[in-house]
Amino acid sequence: MNRNLRWRVLLTLAVMVLSTSFVLPSVPGIKNTMLGKILPDTAINLGLDLKGGIHLTLGVDVDKAIENNMASMSQDIKASAREENLAVLKPTPLPGTRTEAVLVGADKQEAFEKLLKKLYPNLKVDGKETLPEDRVKYVLSMTADYKKYLARLTMDQAVKTIRNRIDQFGVAEPDIRRQDNNRIQVQLPGLSDPDRAIAIIGKTAHLEFKVVDDTVDAASAQQGLLGPGRELSVIMHRGPNNTSSESPIVLKKEAVMTGEHITDARATIEQNNNQFSVSLTFNPRGAKIFERVTEENIKKRLAIVLDGKCYSAPVIQDKISGGKAQITGRFNQEEARDLAIVLRAGALPAPVKVLEQRTVGPTLGQESIDAGMMATGIAAIAIIIFMALYYSTAGLFADVVLLLNIVMTMAGLAAFGATLTLPGIAGIILTIAMAVDANVLIFERIREELRKGVRSAEAVDKGYAKATLTILDSNTTNVIVAIILYQFGTGPIRGFAVTLVLGIIMSMFTAIFVSRIMFDLYLSKRSPDAPVSI
Amino acid sequence: MSFSFIKHETKIDFIGLRYYAFALSALMIIVGGISLVMKGGPRFGIDFAGGVIIQAKFNAPTDIGKVKKVLEGANLPGLVVQQMGKVKDNDFLIRTSITEGSSENVQKTVAQALDEGLGGVKYEFKRIEMVGPKVGEDLRGKAMEAMYFAILLIAIYISGRFEHRWMAAGLMAAGLFAGITALQYFQAPQVWLVLGALMITLALCFVLRLNYALGAIVALIHDVLTTIGIFSILDKEFDLTIIAALLTLIGFSLNDTIIVYDRIREIRGLKTGELLPVIINKSVNQTLSRTIMTSGLAFLSVLSLFLFGGAVIHDFALAMLIGIVVGTYSSIYVAAPIIISLSPPDSEDLAPAKAPKARTA
Repeated sequence: MNRNLRWRVLLTLAVMVLSTSFVLPSVPGIKNTMLGKILPDTAINLGLDLKGGIHLTLGVDVDKAIENNMASMSQDIKASAREENLAVLKPTPLPGTRTEAVLVGADKQEAFEKLLKKLYPNLKVDGKETLPEDRVKYVLSMTADYKKYLARLTMDQAVKTIRNRIDQFGVAEPDIRRQDNNRIQVQLPGLSDPDRAIAIIGKTAHLEFKVVDDTVDAASAQQGLLGPGRELSVIMHRGPNNTSSESPIVLKKEAVMTGEHITDARATIEQNNNQFSVSLTFNPRGAKIFERVTEENIKKRLAIVLDGKCYSAPVIQDKISGGKAQITGRFNQEEARDLAIVLRAGALPAPVKVLEQRTVGPTLGQESIDAGMMATGIAAIAIIIFMALYYSTAGLFADVVLLLNIVMTMAGLAAFGATLTLPGIAGIILTIAMAVDANVLIFERIREELRKGVRSAEAVDKGYAKATLTILDSNTTNVIVAIILYQFGTGPIRGFAVTLVLGIIMSMFTAIFVSRIMFDLYLSKRSPDAPVSI
Repeated sequence: MSFSFIKHETKIDFIGLRYYAFALSALMIIVGGISLVMKGGPRFGIDFAGGVIIQAKFNAPTDIGKVKKVLEGANLPGLVVQQMGKVKDNDFLIRTSITEGSSENVQKTVAQALDEGLGGVKYEFKRIEMVGPKVGEDLRGKAMEAMYFAILLIAIYISGRFEHRWMAAGLMAAGLFAGITALQYFQAPQVWLVLGALMITLALCFVLRLNYALGAIVALIHDVLTTIGIFSILDKEFDLTIIAALLTLIGFSLNDTIIVYDRIREIRGLKTGELLPVIINKSVNQTLSRTIMTSGLAFLSVLSLFLFGGAVIHDFALAMLIGIVVGTYSSIYVAAPIIISLSPPDSEDLAPAKAPKARTA
């Protein structure tokens, strides 16, 4: 064996050992043995389509959050104007995140505009119109920068809240990612109850406490007789066996308190019946507000409103200090637990909609793995037999190289932390064909040279030399396509692109480099003129 | 001991057969096209059209007609029920076009209908997918964009690599980019963008005399159109994985084409003074055994995927199978002969008067 060949053999052996050590941890049962402890800690990640789980694309209604922000800002304007002895009438929202405010007293324009500039630098005056009776109408809108800032803030907060909720729900290895166009991608592996997860993630969980106005008859309110500052809502009544009904209720529009002051929420079982409620703990500031609110509204009903629906409206018997409250609503255990989770994790800054959902059950995942392995195995065996028959000894070289290629591709997946998906398995099967293709190219070339009467060793030399460039050329287009697929594809397709690229790169090494070593070893023991078995 | 399928010195006159091949290709594309027109375009899966699919497995043998009938009563718009895999698996794919709200309601409706209608047959939802209209639209756009970039990059690569004319390739890229930007400026729909990109690429290849690139791209378009046509005739759905299969078969078919082109380049490099048609015939014949071997092996391995890979990947494998056959055919009968047919008439290779000056033995 000459020196050059020895180095090549050593390099190949090193690569083989390294690849095997990366693949072995993914083989079931190895991880916990002695061997598993010294091997690298890199098992192949399985995609959701193989291990089962939920893939969600959520759309965050950022416009709604901006609108809400605008509405609360215009309420603030009214209040701060009053402090400066300026009278501002009914700020009303206009389409396109604008608001309309009427200033009483045309001579106070300068003072009002100064106040706007000082306290609301994020608003700009879009239009001004003098009305009769000494009034001036202002149209205000948000600056573009502030809108952008709010959008970013909303998205950040939404991602944080969703992550919080999922953590509390207890999912192993969730993957939550921000995407373009105000979207969030959520991947939850191995979940058995998708509906519940979606309900928890998607609930806005905007909790408000509002005082009930029992002086207004709900029935007449339904016909549109609603006083100023009042709103019509529904209260849920839950009967036994999961039945529920709704009835109208009139509330004071302004929330006396919101869920932002909650520090803890827990599901608790009620003593007298077998039902669950959610007990809340407020932070010190919240406790103080709650104490004041309950004190001011003794003997009135306080409605607990979640996402616009009233769950219960108990009568305040006495002022409540200590910062604790309870939501009763005849919940079952699961509902109470889930509600506690969302309240603990905080409200979403804007409503969230499920734009895309892909759920794969664990049975289908396992079936796909089994079928994929089966297909890969049969393809590999068929090709191995065929190559051995068609090219005899050279075919056996190609077979060894093919097996090495599969191991190396899997090792690449593990080493780079890439994800194996069902299309990814298809990619491995295609790679098998491509890896063989490189060898077929070389072997056909060698045969051609041999037919020309070239001596064996020289024919092998020429075959490799001539085929190498062709192999590079033809594989380049496959790599181009795979990169495009990776760039534009979604999860499973990306897995396909990754295995394809890995397989092609590995095949360059195995088919050109490793198979050549075997040829050289084979030829080194024979005379240069002895026929090659190809 | 070894053997070969292909006689080593085949002398098939592929160039002479090219008009038959062109006629056959035209026929396949036209038949596929008629099917597409009659069916009102390709049948899009929920990835592109939006909607909900539920894969349900029943515990007991259930007749598909019965499942259909039960679900038809549930008032689901655009309902399609299909058997998945083998009949004994009792796997059904239920698809509706509902996209409003979450899939939860559809799931409940289906579950309720099955509970009531099938009288106690147990079932399990193995897979639920919901794609909203917005996401469907985005995915459609992405698929188109991927196709466009594939064509662009491959055209550049082939013209640069095979004609050593990276300048011309760069020029083409710039022209293509300018054309697409103009189309985008007028807010042309995505389909027109891709068609426009194709037209511009072909026109530029022709004007810049990038014959190899032209031949390769015509072959690719041929492969994709034929496969889409056959899919339409078979009434199969297009979803993301089918797009992936189409792109992969572009890579595969190109692989074959490049091997042939490579040989043409090599023989031309010998400067034997032969005319292009002779060189092409020689090249195709010399690479024929390899082409058939590798395509055969690729077919074999994808066939294994098709037969054993499970229902989820079935259509992907089918698209690949069709694509491998069509791609191999096109590399032999379309990509190489078309170099002659599309070459500008004054091309030096075609005119015997301008035989090469230098000859080497």
